[in-house]
Amino acid sequence: MDKIWLILSREYISRVKKKSFLLATFLTPLFFGGLYAVAIYFAVSDSEEKVVKVIDESGLFAGKLEGRNSVVFEFVSDPIDSARKKVEKGNFDGLLYIKDLDVNDPQGINFYSMSTPGIDLIRGVNRSLEAVVRDIKIERMGFTKSALDSLNTDVEITSINLSGEDEKEGNAAIAMAVGTFSGMLIYMFMLIYGSQVMRGVMQEKTSKIVEILVSSVRPFHLMMGKILGIAAVGLTQFVLWIVLTVSIISFVAPMITDGGVEDMAAAQSELAQSPEAQNELLAAIDEVVNNINIPLLVGSFFFYFLAGYLFYAALFAMIGAVVDSEADTQQFMLPIMLPLIASMMFLGVIIKDPSGPIAFWMSIIPFFSPIIMMIRIPFDVPLWELALSMFLMVAGFIGTTWMAGRVYRIGILMHGAKVNYKVIFKWLMMKN
Amino acid sequence: MDILSAKGITKRYANHLALSNLDLNVPDASIFGLLGPNGAGKTTFLRIINQIIYADEGSVTIEDRKLSQNHIEMIGYLPEERGLYKKMKVGEHLLYFARLKGLKRIEAIKRIKVWFRKFDIPDWLDKKVEDLSKGMQQKVQFIATVLHEPKLIILDEPFSGFDPINANLIKDEILELREKGSTIIFSTHRMESVEELCDHIALINEGVKVLDGPKKEIKNQFRNNTFSVEHLSSISSLPPGFELNSSKNIEDNLLVSEIHITDNSKPNDLLQAIIQQTEIRSFSEMIPSVNDIFIRTVKEQAHG
Repeated sequence: MDKIWLILSREYISRVKKKSFLLATFLTPLFFGGLYAVAIYFAVSDSEEKVVKVIDESGLFAGKLEGRNSVVFEFVSDPIDSARKKVEKGNFDGLLYIKDLDVNDPQGINFYSMSTPGIDLIRGVNRSLEAVVRDIKIERMGFTKSALDSLNTDVEITSINLSGEDEKEGNAAIAMAVGTFSGMLIYMFMLIYGSQVMRGVMQEKTSKIVEILVSSVRPFHLMMGKILGIAAVGLTQFVLWIVLTVSIISFVAPMITDGGVEDMAAAQSELAQSPEAQNELLAAIDEVVNNINIPLLVGSFFFYFLAGYLFYAALFAMIGAVVDSEADTQQFMLPIMLPLIASMMFLGVIIKDPSGPIAFWMSIIPFFSPIIMMIRIPFDVPLWELALSMFLMVAGFIGTTWMAGRVYRIGILMHGAKVNYKVIFKWLMMKN
Repeated sequence: MDILSAKGITKRYANHLALSNLDLNVPDASIFGLLGPNGAGKTTFLRIINQIIYADEGSVTIEDRKLSQNHIEMIGYLPEERGLYKKMKVGEHLLYFARLKGLKRIEAIKRIKVWFRKFDIPDWLDKKVEDLSKGMQQKVQFIATVLHEPKLIILDEPFSGFDPINANLIKDEILELREKGSTIIFSTHRMESVEELCDHIALINEGVKVLDGPKKEIKNQFRNNTFSVEHLSSISSLPPGFELNSSKNIEDNLLVSEIHITDNSKPNDLLQAIIQQTEIRSFSEMIPSVNDIFIRTVKEQAHG
């Protein structure tokens, strides 16, 4: 065990000290944090008022035109030519010129500005005009506005899950987002760090260090030390990403908006499409926090995160031990990649029917379960299915590790041999 | 006493027999040369001692105990195919290897410094391996092999890639390690280093041991009573019991002749016989070199 620890710490320290690790670890959150900050910045700067002067020759809009999307209308009675000159001087953002207007066929409304106006500005002006025209029409048809408003009814559907002990309210959209996100993270982790294991093993083999190493440690310990060391690197990177991203968002963003938490909240609601959507989202998140079993979710996430990695890392280590060069890895990578890719392809099917037979079987079989089970958990999975899946997952990684260990101890010492599946099978079956 | 003894070692690979019923005893505090042509099974045998691979049949004992994981710390192995982590610093690298062999950190650092002084490379500690030349890397590998002061040192082609100066440095170290009581097994194709260093040699060919014993005895075994004589005028005739194999002119008037004694006559009898015919400049028995023995034995095997 001492030796596994020595190998593990060498793998860990040599990787964590690498410039590429430091760059990826610190730049990725900066990138995402920066992206977020930029989005907020623009949301905030967009919310600056845009002044649009209105010359209304029809007389229909005076006093009724309401600004939206941070557009402010100011009615003027200048002649059109002199007003246009003011636009050219840049005194205000735009000039809306409404000639005499037929409400049934509104034609000939012009908008003047120095630059091509943003889609937000045009849409805001457009909607404001349409609202006024609509009100005028309603009035002419003889309805009252309040009577019309009373026709709009808000219908809400609350879905209730009967399978649990308590009746729970479920929110499919949020469950989907949580499941997909955690499934994707696990997929990425298995792929990125699994292939690092493969490359590490291959480098030791091709640079001929391995024979010195296996004269001091058992090949199995060497392999496990490497797999666990790289797992520690991956966990470090993930934890740092989360911590750094959260701290960048919570410390840097307020500085950009120059004014504390209220502005932040305002900016965030600006990012969401409308205040209504924002409230719905908040309510939904609230619901999820109340209804999804968070400890179970987090616990399962870490379980599948690690177990899935161990399962695949052993297979990647096996490939690294078998090949002589990066180019040879392709033919052996495919069968390992297939279940991973299949998991991603079935994502839609699983989400549509999270308790169907495909979802059930894929979340039980260790090749798929790290991703598929994580997608299913937010939709409530019967406990026995989860237990069975975890049990098979543990059995699975013990199995792949055992198998990889047997092939590894022979493969790492074989140079220049033409390796195919038959040879690997022979190595697997070879006695000590 | 034998530090290592192997009995009936057999190792089969898919298509061929790498070692066949090999018995080998390595005496304590000796330098043991393991010789044999390419593919003879030398590396397979060394890997078995290092427990990198396992024999199909037979057993190995070290100091009369069955080979086990406990022996790892008393063995130092320098494989023929050897490498280092390119991105690691030399000091870190040596420390890592030493600790894998069970050495404590502080003790390892102390010994690394001693070796650096010895090899006159004090500033290598923080150098990256990739900045070293191939010969320099091999020095590092040699230090890594002996840093934990193993009782049994196994060197597979230790001199390949060394220039003559560094090769001599390593030779001196090998001799010094033997003085300190370590046993060295090394396999090589370089017969002159075997001649110089080895006390014992064993020759294996196609997985079978064909020669084994103290170097002197083996050489004696291959002596065939042939003498080389440098003399001035030519030898016209020899009494019965002596046979002139060849006679060559090597300089003006100076000849060298090979004479074989076929009966029980002593070298002095031969001297007396030729001293009357010519003036003798030198007289020596032709003792076969390890190189001759190697080539002759392997060829005989191939034909027989």
